[in-house]
Amino acid sequence: MKYLDAFRDGAVARKLVEKLHARVADYAGQMTFMEVCGTHTMAISQHGIRSLLPEQIRLISGPGCPVCVTPVDYVDHAVALARLPEVIIATFGDMIRVPGSSSSLQREQARGAGVRIVYSPLDALALAQKHPDKKIVFLGVGFETTAPTIAGAVLTAQRQGLSNFFVLGANKTIPIPMAVLASDPELQVSGYLCPAHVSAIIGPQAYAPLVAQQKVPCVITGFEPLDMLQGIDMLATQVLEGQPRVETQYSRIVRPEGNPQARAVLEQVFIPCDTPWRGIGVIPGSGLCFREEFAAFDAARQIPVDVETPREHPGCLCGEILKGKVRPADCPLFRTICTPEDPVGACMVSSEGTCAAEYKYGI
Amino acid sequence: MKSDIIILGHGSGGKLSHQLLDDVIIPRLSGLPQRDQNDAAVLTHGGRRLAFTTDSYVVDPIFFPGGDIGDLAVNGTVNDLAMSGARPLYLSVGLILEEGLPIVDLERILDSMKSAAAAAGVTIVAGDTKVVPRGKADKIFINTAGIGVFDHDFDIRGSGARIGDKILVNGAIGDHGMAVLAGREGLDLHSEIKSDTAPLHELVAELIAGIGTGLHVLRDPTRGGVATTLKEIALQSNVDLTLDETALPVNEAVRGACAILGLDPLYVANEGKLLALVAPEAAEDALALMQRHPTGKGAAIIGEVSDASTGRVYLRTAIGGLRAVEMLAGEQLPRIC
Repeated sequence: MKYLDAFRDGAVARKLVEKLHARVADYAGQMTFMEVCGTHTMAISQHGIRSLLPEQIRLISGPGCPVCVTPVDYVDHAVALARLPEVIIATFGDMIRVPGSSSSLQREQARGAGVRIVYSPLDALALAQKHPDKKIVFLGVGFETTAPTIAGAVLTAQRQGLSNFFVLGANKTIPIPMAVLASDPELQVSGYLCPAHVSAIIGPQAYAPLVAQQKVPCVITGFEPLDMLQGIDMLATQVLEGQPRVETQYSRIVRPEGNPQARAVLEQVFIPCDTPWRGIGVIPGSGLCFREEFAAFDAARQIPVDVETPREHPGCLCGEILKGKVRPADCPLFRTICTPEDPVGACMVSSEGTCAAEYKYGI
Repeated sequence: MKSDIIILGHGSGGKLSHQLLDDVIIPRLSGLPQRDQNDAAVLTHGGRRLAFTTDSYVVDPIFFPGGDIGDLAVNGTVNDLAMSGARPLYLSVGLILEEGLPIVDLERILDSMKSAAAAAGVTIVAGDTKVVPRGKADKIFINTAGIGVFDHDFDIRGSGARIGDKILVNGAIGDHGMAVLAGREGLDLHSEIKSDTAPLHELVAELIAGIGTGLHVLRDPTRGGVATTLKEIALQSNVDLTLDETALPVNEAVRGACAILGLDPLYVANEGKLLALVAPEAAEDALALMQRHPTGKGAAIIGEVSDASTGRVYLRTAIGGLRAVEMLAGEQLPRIC
């Protein structure tokens, strides 16, 4: 942790903040920087970074929380599976509180359904080994960081001949929706704080087409407060210079080539496909679906179940919030009808959600 | 989607727990407003003031690094009495045992209750034992109730915070919650994180003797952690509190484990910690007094009561930013990536 303390040093932070204020002092316009990683969203709020920035710089949150961008019908599907007596749902903790159309996994668990929180897909594999009479369905949500571990678990299950391990897939990839949002004239994104761990897998080159086509600065940034202040400073510099490029602030983790091994595992099991993003709609090629030879592990294909017709709360602005078009406080449900204890939308549920961050840390 | 059934979050000690108390339980059983809810009830009988409290212990696992459900059940109730400023005297013990519990485990738990009671100077004077079929309880549940007396005539309560008060904690936060979490989930954190379970009545007695009426509020930040407890105090006293992140004592192993799991030590449970809000002129004496005591060696001044009265809690972060601190909402869950 002493290592981490170096990235939270108050004196260094003050110098960085002063430098940033001086850098943009003569800038008359507005720079809008978007982070597309839920952990960044939380860290920005947790460390009070907005309160330190010059007025020329505005931070907005994009679709970086994997739970938030998962559509309501996926939750309904998971709930329907959880109700089957032979199924145990294994999931990362955040998913259990996400409201579906009429229930959530947490409620189903309270009513006696088999729902287990796990810390990795390998824990779900262990459950499958321990309960051969049950079907273990792992909820495969997450971006390029999580997807390789899920692919790895599937390969292990195949090697071990496990026939009761399944994945309900909703994995997504990040660069394509970033390009979609960058082309939205309403948003006017001046630069991206690119996700740290995702970039460690996909490598900086993954953002090159985005920079080339949309002329938007990209800085791969770490999660510690000094990382983020430096990342913001690097973005501001690019804007002032008018020369958008991909830079890596988080070079202590992100290699120029990314993680080819993780990508190879991912490509072995999954293939790009069209997928719906909550609040954004279907984005072509931004999902990860099972390759045909792994269809035996696809819960959607192997475990037939009736799923209710999805219903979203009509007043919920999660979609606009995920696109960075409105702030949580602009949503009429925020803090009144929609709270962390009684959430309406996924942005309030997830520990990485924009609304949850604003509710928890907002001043 | 308001829950029509009890969910685990109702037991987190955070906002959902408060909602359940305020909306369902208190109106039917007591009617006591939130402002007057404290760790123990203060009763007057025959001219003598008594403190009375009860608590139930359902921890999983029942044995964890640094303690077990037995000493937890004694120390927890001793501390609830101590937080009202009372001297703990007597405890009752209710045992709910699940069919199949090894007698040797029960003996081990009872032995640690005996040791904890002796260490806390309390006598176990009444008890009850029930056995339920396998699956109807989780190995063992323990209820303890306690009675204490006041050796002084001033009030220490959640609504007692005043502008300018300093906020003190008697040591590093989050040890108990992380020790139990690591034990429950089988997490190999490659570190020795032990529960901080301990009786705090002696430390409280010394604070009372040392700074007297300068001691305004005492609370033990158990479930919901330091953040939730301070938010409760801010609401009860109708004051604003500001914490200094750089002053918060957190053991390195806990900080590391929290960082890995995406948890915030401010919301992690403690069992041997207290928060004291004291008059500014008494703060340094209180700190020195705490640091001389075995259960207060790591004590620190972590914040103060500001002059606004909106019931809000703020954290001045290590890099100089300012953000709000709210009650725990639901349970703390490990993050997804």
